[in-house]
Amino acid sequence: MEKEAIIQVRDLVTYYGNRQILKGVNLDIYRGEILVILGRSGCGKSTLLRHLIGLMKPSRGQILIKGRDITTMNEDEMREILKKIGMLFQGAALFNSMTVGENVALPLREHTQLEDSTIQIMTRIKLDLVGLAGFENFKPSQLSGGMKKRAGLARALAMDPEILFCDEPSAGLDPVVAMGIDQLILKLKNAFKMTIVVVTHELASVFTIADRIAMLHEGEIIFQGTAEEIQNSKHPIVQQFLNREADDVEPDREKYLHSLVKS
Amino acid sequence: MLDVSTRDIKKGVIISITGDVDLYSSPEVRKVIIDLTDKKTKNILVDLSSVSYMDSSGVATLVEGLQQVGKYGGKLMLFGLEAAVKEVFELSRLDKVFEIYPDEQTALDHLKK
Repeated sequence: MEKEAIIQVRDLVTYYGNRQILKGVNLDIYRGEILVILGRSGCGKSTLLRHLIGLMKPSRGQILIKGRDITTMNEDEMREILKKIGMLFQGAALFNSMTVGENVALPLREHTQLEDSTIQIMTRIKLDLVGLAGFENFKPSQLSGGMKKRAGLARALAMDPEILFCDEPSAGLDPVVAMGIDQLILKLKNAFKMTIVVVTHELASVFTIADRIAMLHEGEIIFQGTAEEIQNSKHPIVQQFLNREADDVEPDREKYLHSLVKS
Repeated sequence: MLDVSTRDIKKGVIISITGDVDLYSSPEVRKVIIDLTDKKTKNILVDLSSVSYMDSSGVATLVEGLQQVGKYGGKLMLFGLEAAVKEVFELSRLDKVFEIYPDEQTALDHLKK
């Protein structure tokens, strides 16, 4: 069966001030796959993610979601698209003043006309799915880091999304807890045939979950392929990343001095 | 588009649902179920053979129905689930909570028991 590109990024260029962050990114994301966007800190991967969920508009280029360009959409059109998109933020982004259950229920209360009784049952179903049954009345501050991530995931799943974006899902978690989150992401993909885009720099996670990997470096995609293909890649930056080699730092004394004393 | 119709049978009512049951259409299903549970309908059989997609709001609506009939000792049974819909129930482990039958006749046979 022909693979369907549910997200198509075309020649995406963006600037922060004069600084070019994304330099013509082209990327297809296929329905039902887990695509990992890999790259070092500052490579532009979080910026790319922000564009994919419409939080930022590019300077140039297109992002087609199910064939429709979101870069030209108005707020109402974008809101409709976002209803079928779930997002797990890096810090889980739960509201601390609300209980876990209220956090999960929030998108449903805001975007649907469902009765409260229905929302309550849906919330419990989602919490059960992420292994947090019984934690409905806890406050986020009473949860561990891994549990917060799970709660964030339950909220991202509240509206039964077709596409799920995860920003650094295992950052700050110990390896065992991080593995638990990876297993959960795999379960969601298999169970709901969800398309999942994960932004990360955690290699262990990449090789566990990725169907395909796109590596971003200084605003450009320098590699696209499977986990096996990336390991065989001869690209020096890819190799450096996989082998966890530090940058060769040979300071230019003149330049360094100039940067310290320039007026 | 969703269509929900009811048909009286000797021992209760059959609800036939046609279309996708999602966040926007499940309130319609809920209304029909709650109308019947308000009347304390003894047996409610839900025909899902013409439903190809159901999200968690649909599942939650049926759970609510089950909870309501439980209050007066009634029954809520499901039949005719397509594989994809059945999977949604299995994932949330609700296939163990509901009485699910392959077709109307089997569901009716169980009512006679």
